Amino acid sequence: MTPLYKSIIRDGLWKNNPALVQLLGLCPLLAVSNTVINGLGLGLATILTLVASNGIISLCRHHIPDEARLPVFVLIIASIVTAIELSMSAWFHELYLILGIFIPLIVTNCAITGRAEAFAARNPVGPAIVDGFMMGIGFTAVLVLLGAMREILGQGTLFSEAHLMFGEIARHFTIIVIDDYRGFLIALLPPGAFIGLGLIVALKNVLDARQVTHNVSATTTLAEKHSPQVPN
Amino acid sequence: MGLFKLTPPFLSGTNRVTDHMVQLSLALFPAIIALVYYFGPGVLINIILATGVALASEALMLNLRQRPIKPYLSDGSALVTALLIAVSLPPLSPWWLTTVGTLFAIIFAKHLYGGLGYNPFNPAMVAYVLLLISFPVEMTSWLPITSLAESQVTFSSALQIIFTEQLPQQLSYDAISAATPLDMMKTQIGLLQTPSEIMENPVFSRFSGEGWQWVNFWFAIGGIFLIYRKIISWHIPVAVIVSLATIAFITWLISPETTASPLFHLFSGATMIGAFFIATDPVSGATTIKGRLIFGAGIGLLTYVIRVWGGYPDGIAFAVILMNMLVPLIDYYTQPRVYGANK
Repeated sequence: MTPLYKSIIRDGLWKNNPALVQLLGLCPLLAVSNTVINGLGLGLATILTLVASNGIISLCRHHIPDEARLPVFVLIIASIVTAIELSMSAWFHELYLILGIFIPLIVTNCAITGRAEAFAARNPVGPAIVDGFMMGIGFTAVLVLLGAMREILGQGTLFSEAHLMFGEIARHFTIIVIDDYRGFLIALLPPGAFIGLGLIVALKNVLDARQVTHNVSATTTLAEKHSPQVPN
Repeated sequence: MGLFKLTPPFLSGTNRVTDHMVQLSLALFPAIIALVYYFGPGVLINIILATGVALASEALMLNLRQRPIKPYLSDGSALVTALLIAVSLPPLSPWWLTTVGTLFAIIFAKHLYGGLGYNPFNPAMVAYVLLLISFPVEMTSWLPITSLAESQVTFSSALQIIFTEQLPQQLSYDAISAATPLDMMKTQIGLLQTPSEIMENPVFSRFSGEGWQWVNFWFAIGGIFLIYRKIISWHIPVAVIVSLATIAFITWLISPETTASPLFHLFSGATMIGAFFIATDPVSGATTIKGRLIFGAGIGLLTYVIRVWGGYPDGIAFAVILMNMLVPLIDYYTQPRVYGANK
């Protein structure tokens, strides 16, 4: 794997995660992350959109006039989203009804326009598709994590209503994490989404800061180890 | 040149924050005694529980934030938050309700915003609103006052109810839950009763709810003590009370059949604790003189609007938090002109 792809993967999943670092696409992220399945559904739709839009925009990047690039991006993204919306309505109709307005609103998800503008319009097709996929995975990971946090805290379950996505066989996928739970409504309401996302962003910052101090201390100990051998 | 050499610190005496908080707790005392008298010993258990949780979570957060624990812990601010939460919750709230509320107040509303002096919202009211939104059933089941209850809640049965949520045998569910006067006024007016008919119910007394009016009275006395000791200034409480009374009086004049009297509003629910103890929080409230008057008037007005036309029986907590949001704006536009500066 070339260093380019490695850095694309690292950016999408962690270093430049669309939800945790760029803080893009917060509206659907906060609104639909009340259960794991809702989050996963929206996440998958976003991955598909990102891969397709990045690929197509990268292919046409030499033909799009610079002055009109944003309307063109939006047209391309909107066509893709419409196709995805119609497919979801056909095959995952109930989930489609739950996600409702947030599927068509993927068009306005700034993470997608942002990747089109910042990456796909300047890079060849291969890296652009990988970037779209990795950014989508990073976004979906946060959606699912936030969905899990809110679902456990809010109603004490995990994977409730999995059948909306995986068919009737998945009805018993639901895990009851806390028996006889009374529910903590705030976690399912919008404030819960804001608080939960804030906590995840804080956790990421803590981990990053710890990594930095770890590296610094590692280099200093390395330097101390080597310092006696430095010839005078 | 014989100049005096003055070196800081110029302040002498005790820690001002501690002093402030101790006096606040003292001023709450008469009302706490009244609450125990009218609603049984559950309040005391709430206070002990909330205080313990508040101090523990305060110490934990100070430790995580690498702040010195002892000076901050002994300033009493966590204690005051705990007291305010404990007296606003129903006296027989299950232990987890008090615990969740206190944890949220200290950890989220206070320390995540930077600790004492930095919180834009009143921590006790944030906790109250969180609990009210998340657990409406538990938060609205108040006790009937002891003189009207079928049987008395003793200390041990209060302990049992709070920690196990099981009713002791001698108590029926009716003995420990009743509509509050504010609640009853609201639902009965909704059923087209006039306030004077509703007030004939034994739950009510001359001005407002039996018991409630005295609890409010003692909160007001505590508040006046605080004004006398210059712990709080008079502006916010007076503005809250005057604006609440004014709008209640106006609507009462226009339509006495459908609205309760101004006195009822002043001596019901959380009016007095809100006006004297909660709205006057020096951190989250307005600071300029004019700003304090606007801040207090806004709270009084919003409280009335939420009580009468809103979905919840009482509105102090929501009103305080909504006005907390406006504090930067209020303070910005009410800054006094520096003497001699151009208008």
